Amino acid sequence: MLNLRLYMAQRLSALVMVPLTIGHILVMIYAVQDGLTVSEILARTSGSISWFLFYGTFVLAVSVHAAIGLRVIGFEWAGIRGRMLDLISWLVFAGLLWLGGRAVYAVTVAGGGL
Amino acid sequence: MIRPHRSHPLWYAFLLHRLSGLGLALFLPLHFYMLALALTDPVRLDGFLRFTEMPLVKLAEFGLVFLLAVHLFGGLRLMALEILPWNNRQKTLAGGAVAAAFFVAGCFFLKAI
Amino acid sequence: MIGALIGAKVMTVTDSEREMDVSIWRESDGAGRFERYQVPARENQTVLDVVAYVQQEIDPTLSYRYACRVGMCGSCAMMVNGAPRWTCRTHVSKVVKDGRLEIAPLRNLPVIKDLATDMDPFFEKWVAAEAVFKPSVTRHDPMAPITPDDPARLAASAAIECINCAVCYAACDVVAANPDYFGPAALNRAWTLVNDSRDGGQDDRLAAVASNGGCYNCHAQQGCAQYCPNELNPTLSIAGLKRATAKSLLGRGR
Repeated sequence: MLNLRLYMAQRLSALVMVPLTIGHILVMIYAVQDGLTVSEILARTSGSISWFLFYGTFVLAVSVHAAIGLRVIGFEWAGIRGRMLDLISWLVFAGLLWLGGRAVYAVTVAGGGL
Repeated sequence: MIRPHRSHPLWYAFLLHRLSGLGLALFLPLHFYMLALALTDPVRLDGFLRFTEMPLVKLAEFGLVFLLAVHLFGGLRLMALEILPWNNRQKTLAGGAVAAAFFVAGCFFLKAI
Repeated sequence: MIGALIGAKVMTVTDSEREMDVSIWRESDGAGRFERYQVPARENQTVLDVVAYVQQEIDPTLSYRYACRVGMCGSCAMMVNGAPRWTCRTHVSKVVKDGRLEIAPLRNLPVIKDLATDMDPFFEKWVAAEAVFKPSVTRHDPMAPITPDDPARLAASAAIECINCAVCYAACDVVAANPDYFGPAALNRAWTLVNDSRDGGQDDRLAAVASNGGCYNCHAQQGCAQYCPNELNPTLSIAGLKRATAKSLLGRGR
């Protein structure tokens, strides 16, 4: 149900996300002080290649990681098998990649341009 | 509800890791959707951000950061088990993982309120 | 007359007048339920004693397995109050809850009758995981020189004392959730063979433990290590298999 490829993708995406997650938590702790507004977020991230790469990588890694994680849960706890399991895994991956990509685009590229 | 054969710390570590991952996976689409509003409807996003000032929401955010930290440290513990030559300090490490997660989430909460 | 006297002594409840409320799983032809029996509580009593008492004194149709009754063979493994244990090595006083005991056949295995499970799936997975020694030389070749402090031999020795009792198999939730999963015992044995320099079947073995039912299913819940009566740790062995398969299968390219 999990082959070597999926297993390694899960572990590798996890490793990639370790520094990204810690960074994200630190940014949140800082950003959340004195309230949070759209203009404050955009002032920080808009037009920034660094933030684009940071969160872009994060979205890609989490899409892989969550899709595989949910695959295991679907198999073990919901009893989903075979083609349906593959379909759901791909849908989760694509869905998170799409929504996440939109969000990254919205706060970095849009409204200022790179 | 928890069957007797599961009542040991490392099983709870597994459950916590799985449930935190599940919770985060369910939260993410909402998170991404809200952020994308910065582009399509920034006024609505600002309204939502003001809503998140409420203490109850802050508590929920604390919960989310806790889930994230738990999942992260739990995952590191798991990979250490798999990759490194390993001895039976696992239970201590499992506890340590949760403690570290709590600390990180606590910082977030304190800064936020 | 002597026989009658002996019979009478067995049936008499002694000074410790307590009786225990024992629920035992009864199943035949696929239909099962718990049945309750009143069993005299004694100072020194194992769960196997309790089961034997029920079968000998109350209901001779009860089926159960045991052999050595001294904690060597693993035949008497059952679920006792929800946890998999060797019943001959489980003192009643350690597990009884409010004077009640619940005894059921080992989890994750088909039931033949009552407390006796069908061990075939357990052993079929053993073979499927290639947890079987494959010789690389014949008796005419010189003996393999293996020193006791060889690291690989130490790793194998740490996991070698498995007697196939299936307690770990019953404890594992992944076994319960995934019918293809080989389980802790088979993979543990496969790991000892991965570390056996005399073995000639490593390629097949690594492919087997990296397959659908293999080592990647393990989530390190460590119910196996928690309940193994020989204090083995299959999770540690399975972690070794994860490392070995990754090294081997990655090294040769995907």
